[in-house]
Order: sequence, then structure tokens, then C-alpha cells
Amino acid sequence: MSRTGLTHRIIPCLDVSHGRVVKGVKFQGLRDAGDPAERAALYQAQGADEIVILDVSATPEGRGNQHETVRRVRAALSIPLTVGGGIRTEEDAFELLEAGADKVSVNTAAVFSPEILSHIATRFGRQCCVLAIDARSQGQRFEVLIKGGREAVGKDAVAWAKEAEALGAGEILLTSWDRDGTREGFDLALTGAVAAAVHVPVIASGGADSAKHIKEAFDCGADAVLAASIFHDGDLTVGDVKSYLLEHQVRVRP
Amino acid sequence: MPAITIVPTGTANMASVKAAFARLGVETRLADSAEAIAQASHVMLPGVGAFGASMARLREQGFDRPLKARMLANRPTIAICVGHQLLFASSDESPGVDGLGLIATHVGAFETDVRAPQFGWNEVTALEDAQVLDSGFAYFANSFRALEAPGWQVARALHGQRFVAAMERGNLVSCQFHPELSADYGAAILSRFMELGQ
Repeated sequence: MSRTGLTHRIIPCLDVSHGRVVKGVKFQGLRDAGDPAERAALYQAQGADEIVILDVSATPEGRGNQHETVRRVRAALSIPLTVGGGIRTEEDAFELLEAGADKVSVNTAAVFSPEILSHIATRFGRQCCVLAIDARSQGQRFEVLIKGGREAVGKDAVAWAKEAEALGAGEILLTSWDRDGTREGFDLALTGAVAAAVHVPVIASGGADSAKHIKEAFDCGADAVLAASIFHDGDLTVGDVKSYLLEHQVRVRP
Repeated sequence: MPAITIVPTGTANMASVKAAFARLGVETRLADSAEAIAQASHVMLPGVGAFGASMARLREQGFDRPLKARMLANRPTIAICVGHQLLFASSDESPGVDGLGLIATHVGAFETDVRAPQFGWNEVTALEDAQVLDSGFAYFANSFRALEAPGWQVARALHGQRFVAAMERGNLVSCQFHPELSADYGAAILSRFMELGQ
């Protein structure tokens, strides 16, 4: 993409379960990693460009809990906040936006009822509507997974991204199931294929272990990267990553 | 410190705006009548959603006239994102719908060789003698933008072309970006806006 002053975004992700940040490999073996509002404020102070909260335990009963978390994070945060996990209806999206999310991320529900993307985009604007895609490689192609990576639905990830863009998704949050939590680097083939196929921004997710990995994702077309474990463990700060990127002539917000 | 009166456009997400003012210690009120807009010391026109829908909602509530009148009278008013676009005559987003028309120019779509929506932090360059606006990085989430704003002091950013990132004139401030989501840079703009007319 040429002729833009837009910078590449670094987005720490908080996987939240019952009001606490958790971490694990491939969504298994979750461990406690702190309070969401404290974590979000810490990453903001380090120079994070946005925060994503994914409710990995999202259930109807947990809904009130989730809203309370969003309200607390919002109060402290002066950068954009995206919230996902268990959003089934336009009303779920509305409640999260009211609680303080700037965007909502829809995953499984959009696979079964793609029109939810149009409904969210029409009512709240395309800038509120993020489609999350979990994908794994399947030969030369990539297949879409749902329900936290537990189920394949025979859908091609690149085709699904294009379809979602046409329906109203304003951004694609693309997670490689093969790489998630492994720290082996992003799936560059997946990221590149989706970024080239759509006009909306693409956030690469799954596998980051170093600033070098993050640069690789930007080099192959990602507009933003999502990372959880590297920041939670304190191995790297957002500031460290940005210093590396600036040294390597990648445009980021200083 | 005066309070900020926010104009409901029906589609806007108010939580981030309210939280931003709360962090500055500014009380927020929701405008519930045309009089409230006419009388408030400081007014914000937010906006998330479409140009046509936001404009229709303003007209339905009878908020378009007092808004325009207070801006013509140079009373402290700040517009954001779609609110910013509503100050212009028209937009590619909703053909045939008239904006508030404080500025005679048009809001167009981004070129096709750049990502749209424009999502993220872009570098804003303000003129040195700007009162409220400043140079720095601001958070944008928009598919449409104006290229010219005659009579206003314009801060620009590059996405396809150098577009109107924000503008000011007297006690009026208007931002295509979201100051409420632009960290310290945005908070400083909101804070300087609240000092206008004091």
C-alpha cells in the first residue's frame, strides 16, 4: 500500500476468562495472567496502539461479567478497544459498544449467520465491525475453524475474508491455529494470502515470539499484529518491539 | 471547568467520549433539547455511523439549526469523525443528503489504491499558529474524507492524498480522527478545546 502516513499497529491481546486475563497454548491449559484493566493500562503506557479483549469463556451467564470488564478497561484506556468472544447477535454487539468497546469482533456466529456482519455494519458503522477468522493450513489452502479452533466447517479462509468484506466487515483479525501460542512466528503464507485478497486492514495473529516475527508479518502485508504471550511474560515490551521496528525502517507510532 | 454537552446522533458510541472527558475531570451532559445545544458553553458533535443516518437523526430532533447557529456565532463547538464530515455540504457516503453546510466543499471516498477503511494511527501535521490543533499521531477510523476546507485552518495527513485530518476556526474545532482514542495527543486537544471561550 503506497501513499499513506498510516503506521503499523501493535495490538496486545488479553484473553479473558471470568474477569481475569489468562494464557495458554492453543486455548488449552489456561493460567492466570492478571487483571484486565491493569494489563491494558500497562500496555497502553508501553505504547500499544490498540487493545483487544477476547472472552475465551464467553457464555450467556458470563455476559454481565464481560460488560463489567469492558467498562473497567474503558475507563483507563485512551486508545481503541476491540472486544470479541461469544457475540451471537446485533444486541450482544450493542451492549458491548455501550459498555465501552469501540469495535466488536465476531467469529463463529458470522460463519453460521454471515448477515450479522451486515447488521452490525449498517447499525453501528463498518468501523465497528471486525471479523475474526481462525484458520489452519490444509494443503495449499487454509480452512476456517470455529468454536475456539475445535471444529472445521469446510470453508476457505481467503474466500471467507472476501465474502465478509463484501458483507460489511471493516477489518479482519486473522489467527493461525497452527501457530497460535507456539512462538514459531506468524503464518506468513496465510497472512499474505488474506492481506492481498481484501481491501480492508488485516491483523495478523498467532505465533509471535520476537520483534523480528512482527516485522515479517508487516513485510508480507499485515496492517497490524496481535500478540499475547510475548507481552504477558514480560520478555518484550511494546516499546522494545517498536524500537526494533523503527530501527528497521518500519513505520510505527513512536 | 465548564461541562461538555454531547449531541446524540443515535449511532455514536458515547462510552469512549465520556471516558475521555472523565479523565480530564470534565462533566459530560447529553443534549436533550435544541435549547440545551443553544445554551451550552461547550458542545461536542460526535459521530460513528453513516453520514445520511446521522444527519437524519439531527434533523428529526431539531438539533441541526441550533448547532449551525452556535457555530456561526463562534461558540465553542467540537465535531468528531462523522460529526466532522457533517459540517460539509455533502458526502459520497450518502448522495443527495445535505450536510450542515458550514463548509461548501464535499466529502469523498478514499482512492482505491489505499486500504479503506483507514484504520489506525496516521501522522497529522498542523500549522504552527494553530490554537488547539497540534502535530502528532492520531487514531482514524474512516472511509471518507474532505480534501479542502476553505476559510479554516487545516491540519493534514496522508492517505491516498493529503486530506483534512482536522481543522479549526476561532472557537470551532473539527477532527476527522478520534481525539478520545488518540492517547495523550488527543487528550491535549480536548483539554485545549475546553479552555476556549474562557
